[in-house]
Amino acid sequence: MLFSSRLGRCIAWVVFFALFLPVFGLPLFMVGAASVAGQWNGVLPSHLTTQHLADAVQKRAGEELVTSLVTGLVASVVALTLGTWAALAVRRLRRRGRRIAGTLFMLPIAVPSVSVGLGLLVAFSRPPLLLNGTPYIVLIAHVVLVTAFAYGSVSAGLARLPAHYEQVAASLGGRPGYVLRRVTLPLITPSLVAAAGLCFALSMGELGATIMVYPPDWVTLPVGIFALTDRGSVFDGAALTVLLLGVTIAVLLVVSRIRTRASFR
Amino acid sequence: MSSAALSIDVPRAEARERGAPRWAWVILPLLVLVVIFFYPLFFIVKQSLAGDAGPLTLAHYATVLSSGVFKAALGRTVEIAALSTVGCLVLGFVLALIVAFVPFPGSRVIGGFIDTILAFPSFLIALSFTFLYGSAGAFNFLLMDLLHTTEPPIDFVYTKWGVILAEVTFYTPFVMRPLLAAFSQLDNALIEVASSLGARPLRIIRQIIFPEAVPALLAGGSLCLLLTLNEFGIVLFIGAKGVITLPMVIYGKAIQEFDYTAGCVVAVVNIALSIALYSLYRFVLARSGGGRAVFV
Repeated sequence: MLFSSRLGRCIAWVVFFALFLPVFGLPLFMVGAASVAGQWNGVLPSHLTTQHLADAVQKRAGEELVTSLVTGLVASVVALTLGTWAALAVRRLRRRGRRIAGTLFMLPIAVPSVSVGLGLLVAFSRPPLLLNGTPYIVLIAHVVLVTAFAYGSVSAGLARLPAHYEQVAASLGGRPGYVLRRVTLPLITPSLVAAAGLCFALSMGELGATIMVYPPDWVTLPVGIFALTDRGSVFDGAALTVLLLGVTIAVLLVVSRIRTRASFR
Repeated sequence: MSSAALSIDVPRAEARERGAPRWAWVILPLLVLVVIFFYPLFFIVKQSLAGDAGPLTLAHYATVLSSGVFKAALGRTVEIAALSTVGCLVLGFVLALIVAFVPFPGSRVIGGFIDTILAFPSFLIALSFTFLYGSAGAFNFLLMDLLHTTEPPIDFVYTKWGVILAEVTFYTPFVMRPLLAAFSQLDNALIEVASSLGARPLRIIRQIIFPEAVPALLAGGSLCLLLTLNEFGIVLFIGAKGVITLPMVIYGKAIQEFDYTAGCVVAVVNIALSIALYSLYRFVLARSGGGRAVFV
């Protein structure tokens, strides 16, 4: 016990909540309050309305939600496949190759998202890959940004995996494809599920690269939220943000349920 | 030990494959990475040197790097990143200390909450600051009522301090995660013994807890520095006129002024800075025994 006296502990807790609530709690609360604010001319909204939230799912914003969901889903699936493939392949390399390839796959994390967007804009505005103006450039941007996280997460899972499970399976005559399907992948399922959740959440909130490359017919939620708040419709922006957070949290909850179940197997 | 014995007796899984060499499988993902990541990166460098179509020259660098906009943005970016990182380290250390060593009912919920914040978009914090500290925000109304004035008394959101406070809020969990992992490995008996021998809490923190926390602080701090250096959403949403960082310059040049060449020059500088910091982060992480990283 760091503090033996009850008073000391109480002071520590007061300090904690005096820091934690204003810094983390208030911002979340305020966005929530703003999303249902009819009028806000005081410390708190003077009357509440569900109009902004209703608009958020019905009007143009509804399309943006679908766009974000499709982008997030496609990007996560592609990134998870690529990242898992890369992590499995890199694990089979020898020391030096493993280090070099690992660094290459992690490198997109070190590049600012706005620069990733700019690079795609410059490179894909000319033949042979003329993708500027299509939704594909947004999808590619998201895949670039989240694949590194999928790779990192799956690699970490593989590193914790004791080698002898696969060796025993192979020595008993399991072909590599069979060992991969029946031993390796089931054992790293918790990492895969966690990586999928992380990829989806990151993609849903991605702004820097998307705002550089998005075509007018493929507006994701964060870009839409910025457009709204930039125009001064802050309450509508807050409603959309709440929607974005709600969907993200729902997916993360589902993921953590699956993950717990997978790790009990 | 048993696994070491097994790996000698059992033929290695890879040895069973005859056909493809072991590096063959890495080619496909590497190829995709080259097309969607390195190919665009190459074009950023090319455009920064050659412009839209021209011979290779350093002239674009000379023009952009000597401009006042770039210099101011570089200074502001480093300043904001450094101050935010210090803020995250201090706040993260204090909060993690209490969660780990003065546990209270519900402190596990806090851990889950921290993990969730990591998955949120950063602009959320900037948006909330509008409602909290903006000119028509809750705090200003509260203070106007208390002080009986009609002028909003606080106005720091639209300065660098607003950006720094928002970044501290958003990135503190990135420091807390490795800290909590490090604290969970600290032997509690050390603290019990020190405490029973009469050491006061501050001394225990200074002499026992802090030395254990240094690797996690270094790793979390360098990750914070990297992420705050590249932060875009918070700066964009706060939208303060005087607070222009490197990612904002890239966005402004390329999207608002259609000047891809200048954008690419700034991007090259930003990427170089960022990769240098990332190398530092990996180095620190490797030195500290790879203590659990946030993502990587």
